Amino acid sequence: MRIMQGTFSYLPDLTDDEIKAQVQYCLNNGWPISIEYTDDPHPRNIYWDMWGLPLFDMKDAVAVMEEFEACRGQYPNHYIRINGYDRSMGRQTTALSFIANRPEEEPGFHLERTETADRQINYTLKPYATTKPSGQRY
Amino acid sequence: MAAITSTKQNGRWSAGVTPYAEMGYYRSDYEPKDTDILCAFRLVPQEGVDAIEAGAAIAGESSTATWTVVWTDRLTTFEHYQAKCYRVEPVPGTDQYIAYIAYDIDLFEEGSISNLTASIIGNVFGFKALKSLRLEDMRLPLHYVKTFQGPPFGTIMEREYLGKYGRPLLGATVKPKLGLSARNYGRVVYEALQGGLDFTKDDENVNSQPFMRWRDRFLYCMEAVNKASAQTGEIKGHYLNVTAATMEDMYERAEFAKELGSVIVMIDLVIGYTAIQSMAKWARKNGVLLHLHRAGHSTYTRQKTHGINFRVISKWMRLAGVDHIHAGTVVGKLEGDPNTVRGFYNTLRESKMDANPVEGLFFEQDWGSMPGVMPVASGGIHAGQMHQLIDYLGEDVVLQFGGGTIGHPDGIAQGATANRVALEAIIQARNEGRDYVNEGPEILAKAAKWSPALRKALSVWKDVTFEYTSTDTPDAVPTPTFV
Repeated sequence: MRIMQGTFSYLPDLTDDEIKAQVQYCLNNGWPISIEYTDDPHPRNIYWDMWGLPLFDMKDAVAVMEEFEACRGQYPNHYIRINGYDRSMGRQTTALSFIANRPEEEPGFHLERTETADRQINYTLKPYATTKPSGQRY
Repeated sequence: MAAITSTKQNGRWSAGVTPYAEMGYYRSDYEPKDTDILCAFRLVPQEGVDAIEAGAAIAGESSTATWTVVWTDRLTTFEHYQAKCYRVEPVPGTDQYIAYIAYDIDLFEEGSISNLTASIIGNVFGFKALKSLRLEDMRLPLHYVKTFQGPPFGTIMEREYLGKYGRPLLGATVKPKLGLSARNYGRVVYEALQGGLDFTKDDENVNSQPFMRWRDRFLYCMEAVNKASAQTGEIKGHYLNVTAATMEDMYERAEFAKELGSVIVMIDLVIGYTAIQSMAKWARKNGVLLHLHRAGHSTYTRQKTHGINFRVISKWMRLAGVDHIHAGTVVGKLEGDPNTVRGFYNTLRESKMDANPVEGLFFEQDWGSMPGVMPVASGGIHAGQMHQLIDYLGEDVVLQFGGGTIGHPDGIAQGATANRVALEAIIQARNEGRDYVNEGPEILAKAAKWSPALRKALSVWKDVTFEYTSTDTPDAVPTPTFV
């Protein structure tokens, strides 16, 4: 099962050239890039691990790609996302965020239903992968 | 109009009828203060009625005046409380005039749309001396804006809450809008969400009818939402319409939606301004996004010489506090001149705007740090128009494809996938610097090669357009723009 988070998950996986083009778009807009990785794909897992600090001063897409490749080299079977951040007044938020690397196998989620009173059901989403400790999941 | 000629001999304060203009409601030398609320009215006076007097009459009746002189005015600092018509301009080539009126901020209760509107549109639209009247725009001073809560979350917080960035959101209204049982209704929600939409939506008239009671609908829809989330790993939502006969009913339904974990609830414009503000407070307090369907607005927003322009409704709703509002599609089946619609979108989303006659914006507007409202484009749009939609409407928008999802020949999920693929392909191309507006059909055709869902959608709907002349167009563009 493919995790459909991020701006481009419904497209075929982006090639490195395509990733670089999106990085360039962010840099053209003055949005610094940050690279984050995780092995917990829960949609409410907000804080993926940071690959260093956001690359505030890196204006060159080639250099950004080197950082991305280094991250991918260390975590080839993790989710890695690339974010562009817009610090402008009134925004101060992520402007673009897409998955640039994903595990080969994505087992997906178990939907746990707890039946309560009055026909109500409490739902809990559990990634199959997170039954194992972090680092042993994919 | 009786007030045109004075019936009096002895000056301003003798009993009888005095023209509004002579009572201080027209002041061509008045310089509006930064704190004044300004209005632009489009008026057509009756034969023989002077336009300036008509403008003054509107200022008078929407502030302190009545039809005759009252001595009790003299117990007040009436110059302060009188609204002042300060400019009346003919609209070239028509029998219309634009009257500009300034209201002191003290005329209005803080944070109350009902009070604001009871003054501004309370009495004047029935004036016999006018053939027609339309409130075109308002400048709301930041001092007054700051007295309102505004959107419970706004566009930025909504994106961060949903974890969705860099593209418009996608939605669909469940069809047929009436008649489905709750179980079948939930099926449509599930298919559309797991196929790739972010949201599905109750329609404006889905409340709690005999074929589907609200509580059943909520239960089945939330099963669908959660299952679709599990299938995709994305946050999903269904706008559960909590519109009902009383506030108590609405709170009950909204509370239940919250208990079930819905990220969003929905109300209709017809519930009224006070009810909208109450729901805005409820939404912020309870962490649930608030979607507003503008049901009923066309009865007073569409005709150029009557009613209230939708840009005014947009401003009131941003103050009142909603996170989503339907604001036109340009290319779809419903009314919407491109420039006028752009003006609505800017009004809803931007922090500060200048007057812009081309977009129909009569005044500058400063929202300070009040969050923006996410406009929703809905009605007769399909995947083949994706490049145009992004060009006209930008990124902070919910694109809603009802028929364009559910009508897909291979099923609802395929319809949803087609829309999502089209959206991401156009955004990718735009970001890569391509001329996506002109190359749109090519970009979509290329994506359709690997996406059978999109291929089918394009073949079914590729030639569907709705090219009618808009009735509501800015004066600055004499010929409406065709799409």
